[in-house]
Amino acid sequence: MKVMTLVQAITDAMDIKLSEDKNIVVYGEDVGVEGGVFRVTEGLQLKHGNSRVFDSPLAESAIAGTALGMAISGLRPIIEMQFDGFSFPAFNQIISHVARFRNRTRGKFEVPMVIRIPYGGGINALEHHSESPEAYFGHTPGLKVVIPSTPYDAKGLLISAIEDNDPVIYLEPKRIYRAIKQEVPEEKYTIPIGKASILNKGEHITVIAYGAMVREVQKAMVMAKAKSISVELIDLRTIWPIDRDTIRQSVQKTGRVLVVTEAPQSYGPAAELLQIVNEEAFLSLEAPPTRLTGFDTVIPLPLGEKFYMLTPERIFYEIEKLVKY
Amino acid sequence: MFNLKTLDKFKPIDDKTYQVIDNDGKVIIKDWIPDLKDEEIVQAYKDLLFERTADFMAVSYQRQGRMFTYPPNLGQEAIHIASGKVIQPEDWLVPAFRELGAWLAKGVSLWEIFLYFKGHEDGSKFLNAKRMLPISVPIASQLLHAVGIGYAMKYQGEKAVAFAYVGDGGTSEGDFHEALNFAAVWDVPVVFVVQNNRFAISVPLKMQTRSLNLAVKGVAYDVKSIAVDGNDFFAMHDVLSFAREFVLKENKPFLIEAKTYRQGAHTTSDDPTRYRTKDEEDEWALKDPLKRLQSYLISKKLWDPSEDEKLIAQYKKKIDSEFEKAEAYPEYKLDDVFDYMYENLPDELKRQKNNYQNYLNHVGGVK
Repeated sequence: MKVMTLVQAITDAMDIKLSEDKNIVVYGEDVGVEGGVFRVTEGLQLKHGNSRVFDSPLAESAIAGTALGMAISGLRPIIEMQFDGFSFPAFNQIISHVARFRNRTRGKFEVPMVIRIPYGGGINALEHHSESPEAYFGHTPGLKVVIPSTPYDAKGLLISAIEDNDPVIYLEPKRIYRAIKQEVPEEKYTIPIGKASILNKGEHITVIAYGAMVREVQKAMVMAKAKSISVELIDLRTIWPIDRDTIRQSVQKTGRVLVVTEAPQSYGPAAELLQIVNEEAFLSLEAPPTRLTGFDTVIPLPLGEKFYMLTPERIFYEIEKLVKY
Repeated sequence: MFNLKTLDKFKPIDDKTYQVIDNDGKVIIKDWIPDLKDEEIVQAYKDLLFERTADFMAVSYQRQGRMFTYPPNLGQEAIHIASGKVIQPEDWLVPAFRELGAWLAKGVSLWEIFLYFKGHEDGSKFLNAKRMLPISVPIASQLLHAVGIGYAMKYQGEKAVAFAYVGDGGTSEGDFHEALNFAAVWDVPVVFVVQNNRFAISVPLKMQTRSLNLAVKGVAYDVKSIAVDGNDFFAMHDVLSFAREFVLKENKPFLIEAKTYRQGAHTTSDDPTRYRTKDEEDEWALKDPLKRLQSYLISKKLWDPSEDEKLIAQYKKKIDSEFEKAEAYPEYKLDDVFDYMYENLPDELKRQKNNYQNYLNHVGGVK
């Protein structure tokens, strides 16, 4: 075991797979010499060579499109979109081709690739550096969408994503890149895509969150505990496919559910999760299935983020309301 | 023999176009001799005639309501047949959607093409065509796939080339420029072929770009580029052969602008009389690629034009039987909607499929 940050765990996963499989290549903007603007690929070029870990010219559509070409001809590319807001130029390639090539060719060609994207707000960044685009990708048939919230999960989920023969969007909550340290096994292990984890067993209410919001919910849970409210916390871990079973079992037990996402509200992941609650646990409900999300606004520049970003206090406020309903 | 010196004489910046035969099939380059044997040229002519016949038949099946929207190839066949002759089994073919003769040469079966345009994804399996991608509808997006394939081949130490196709409208897309740039920076073996048929659906070339020509767009990326008479089979064959050799030897990309004219509609849903004149069409009819190659063969006493009719009759039979094969293909099933989305069908899709199956069982079949 070794204490790692989320960043180190992701680097470690790529390092292990690069050592194990010669068909893996890693590229994107500044990922080579620089080691990525967040240093997630630090040291990988030096260790694995510049034909395997390299800088591309600056064009996200081309990064995604060329990766598809590599993936269908024998390589297993891991590409980086430097920031969430810069993944949008790659949308056409991702949605029109990456997600569809297996289906279009009836499985003759498959697209084993991982698209890594640092995402989310709360880091005092410029515009286009704080977006939460998971709904776009989760809404796209043919993709899998994964978001870790701990270093341990980050490593295991990324190795699963790299070994998956379908394209995986791997969103990295950049706000907690270095905020959390955890003991992580040094050897290879996997965490299955599509399985949520229950981070805390509880009785009164189920809270579903993922990414950087998990830690905010955990802080709110300290306040809840002081008021004798017992929270069951589900870390979704995979945005698509969604783990229905874990949600059903939990909400059938607690009868109350709050979904917390940093992404804007309308047509977002929270709506999807609450509909699953309606389908799976309708008769167990004792309060309206509720969501606490970002506003349907542009995420503000740093001075306005205090209004937008969900705080433990706000999360606790909603938890208490629901439990008292 | 087309070589580096020839390439140098046809600089895009001078707006030169490489051409071997004129509208009457007469060789216009002094001392030029074909690098194909007589029987190979005759075969190319037959292939061209086959593509044209199959294309006419496809349009007619569509008109009879037996096939959906189809993009005709009429007038652009010399590019396709020359490509088919040059592209090797180890090479990749990355199509747009108007390269019928090249697909057939790569091993695609005509019934698969009909099946695809009848609305079945199974038509994109290309069972006997190795290293051939399905058609790409989002304009120019496929060029990036070719660059990625080129990178993979280079990485794996293969000696082969990716041939990627796009139209004149596609050269306005960002992906066209990104593909040229990435290919140049990464030094990968890709031949880009721009079929400049002068129209992007209805938008004429002059409203598409202020570039001197389309080949010149490669120059700034340091991609060797040349404009070629795309209705001249020999010119296309010379340049494609040279490009393949060049790309393999230098491990660098190459760009060909093939100047041609889309004699038919953009697709069977399009009506060209809305946006171009009969005079223009008549002018281009004189440069028809089939007619020019035929005139060449006749002048060399290699072809008797009375053979055409017999061949066409023979081809029509074959094409009809291919179409019948597509019509006899097994019915589209619910499985066909779901089962190829992922390697293993996720539970959520199983659930959606089962729900629908339960509904079907309830009502007793698709209504």
